[in-house]
Amino acid sequence: MTLLDFARGPALYGSTLILVCGLVWRLTGVFLLPARRDRAAPGKGSYGALWGALRMMIARSLPRRTFLGRTLATVLLGYAMHLGLGIVLLGGAPHVLLIEQATGIGWPTLPKGVVALASGITLVALLLALVRRCTHPVLRLLSNGDDYLSLVLTLIPVATGMLLAEETALPYDTLLTWHILSVEALMIWLPFGKLSHAVFVFAGRAMLGAKLGRRGALS
Amino acid sequence: MTAVPPSMSPASKPAPRRIAESRSQEDRVRLDAAMRGFVSDFGPEAATWMEACLHCGQCAEACQFYVETGDPKYTPIWKIEPFKQAYSREMGPFAPLFRLLGLTPKVSLGELERWQDLLYDSCNMCGRCSLVCPAGIDIADLVEKARHGMFEAGLVPPDYLGALAGKERETGSPFGIPKDAMRQSLLEIGEKHGLAMHVDEPHADVVPAVSSIDLKMYPDSIAATARVLNHIGVSWSFRTDGFDADNVSLTAGDRVGQKRVTQAIVEAATRCGAKVLIMPECGHSYTEMRWEAANTVGHALPFRVLHMSEYLAECLEAGSLRLRAVETPADSPGVTFHDPCQVSRRSGRSDAPRAVMAALGLDLHELADHGPDSWCCGGGGGVALINRAKPLRNHAFAIKDRQVADSGADTVYVSCTGCRQTFEHGFKDLGRVTKVGSLLDLVAEQLEEREAKA
Ligand code: SF4
Ligand code: SF4
Repeated sequence: MTLLDFARGPALYGSTLILVCGLVWRLTGVFLLPARRDRAAPGKGSYGALWGALRMMIARSLPRRTFLGRTLATVLLGYAMHLGLGIVLLGGAPHVLLIEQATGIGWPTLPKGVVALASGITLVALLLALVRRCTHPVLRLLSNGDDYLSLVLTLIPVATGMLLAEETALPYDTLLTWHILSVEALMIWLPFGKLSHAVFVFAGRAMLGAKLGRRGALS
Repeated sequence: MTAVPPSMSPASKPAPRRIAESRSQEDRVRLDAAMRGFVSDFGPEAATWMEACLHCGQCAEACQFYVETGDPKYTPIWKIEPFKQAYSREMGPFAPLFRLLGLTPKVSLGELERWQDLLYDSCNMCGRCSLVCPAGIDIADLVEKARHGMFEAGLVPPDYLGALAGKERETGSPFGIPKDAMRQSLLEIGEKHGLAMHVDEPHADVVPAVSSIDLKMYPDSIAATARVLNHIGVSWSFRTDGFDADNVSLTAGDRVGQKRVTQAIVEAATRCGAKVLIMPECGHSYTEMRWEAANTVGHALPFRVLHMSEYLAECLEAGSLRLRAVETPADSPGVTFHDPCQVSRRSGRSDAPRAVMAALGLDLHELADHGPDSWCCGGGGGVALINRAKPLRNHAFAIKDRQVADSGADTVYVSCTGCRQTFEHGFKDLGRVTKVGSLLDLVAEQLEEREAKA
């Protein structure tokens, strides 16, 4: 078995298993805690907990104008890397093909140039985020190994993917192997560290939205 | 955990330990107590928030303490860092794994001691940070839980917060005012102002709870409460068996004291068949009664809980409260209003005081950040009761001072005793001439004549 076969075979299944089980475990650990029934009367302008949760999950994706003057850099970097990643993942031809093979569902792909631009923007945003994390006093204080690891684990697949898409001197198979392996590393770490924010930011928003929605204090 | 560089470590000395210099055994016990206190009412909500932080740092930009000092240690989520650490090491879904791999270091009691000024002196529990957090983390709620832990470990700042909370736990009143003395004071206020004062009536539709800070510092506001309720013409009564709404215990982190205060008020209002309980204090006592009391006593409350401004707005709408517009000279610079965090941001009722001000015909110049986005005055969350926090509090107040100056108004109206005190002290320290007024007091001055009912 070549390393590529390993990456495409057992490593893929293994990392998927860890990803799914890890996330399920983490979510279960949180949601199995006894929930308290809220006996307080709902507020005057109450939306109800469910609607509040849904609203907050979506609304919090947009920045609040009050803070934008102070948070612009973070907001821009955040949008750049997330939108960029989304475009590359869902619009890049090889990714769409892979999804189609696995699920039978396919869609039109984006032109190569667009995907290249998106991955370039993502890469730059990730690098800037890394620099900011090392230099901004607040981020330096907050950051731990997990934060840096999560950033680097995202950077590598983007970088290897970009090299793959271009004609380079490096052998295609080697690049592909490392691309796949790096994605798998990301998948393995995802449930344990900051990358799980993919799930937990929405869960966190839902909790706040439910609370404030019931109170009629969504704003 | 990232070690705190010396330059960033909390400036104040570690808190004096409750029991002289303790041994590691003692530390262990207190540390355990702290963690138990922290997770005592942990549900899926708090646990999700513990897992959700991105370390994006945006919450810092929403917090008056960071914005005004520029010191990163005031980053909201950092204030609960030791508890977050301990949680992921001891209780989180991957705790055994993290322990095994040594990924999260042990938290020490010394660390909690060093965190005292972050958890108490520099958090108003105002919830502004949860407006910006992309993960929707309610840091104010987590700080409240962390304070439960700090209380259990004996790490509450002693003056005055700890002392007042202690008195409250013991007597039900932060100043230990006995019922008879309360009754006497209330009757005297009625006499002095020529008002019919209702105290301990067996039946009353409306029960106003009062802060003993009002009783000591602003007795006119108590007179105003009586005057307004007499004007509205409801059956009402103060209850000395459920009077003291301050709930200092809540901000100190003492759940036993907190429950005692809450229960006393709920029972008193229930006993006299109240339909409405009016909360005078903006702050945490209102949030506690409005959103937590039913859960504390374990059943839905048989009465509604309203903040004074909500009650006034309702009576205006129903026509039972009739106000004369304030006569303002043409060249008056107008007034502005400071939103109490717990009523506006945390409870969604920014509209109520504005309806009252509209009825008073006030020329309202809004602050740049108002309503849910308003900055805390810096005194909330018990910070006003921490003696050594004064310089920091004044730092935080600078934002308010600037925004008031920018509004051009010559008077700030408030609808919270705590905010009122913070504004008065803040302006005095800065040598400002801006006036601070209570909205309730103004309403009481502007009642349409029909005082005959009183
Ligand atoms: S609740 Fe208010 S004072 Fe406390 S950390 Fe958040 S913004 Fe700062
Ligand atoms: S804003 Fe929210 S996610 Fe970002 S660091 Fe603060 S608490 Fe964490």
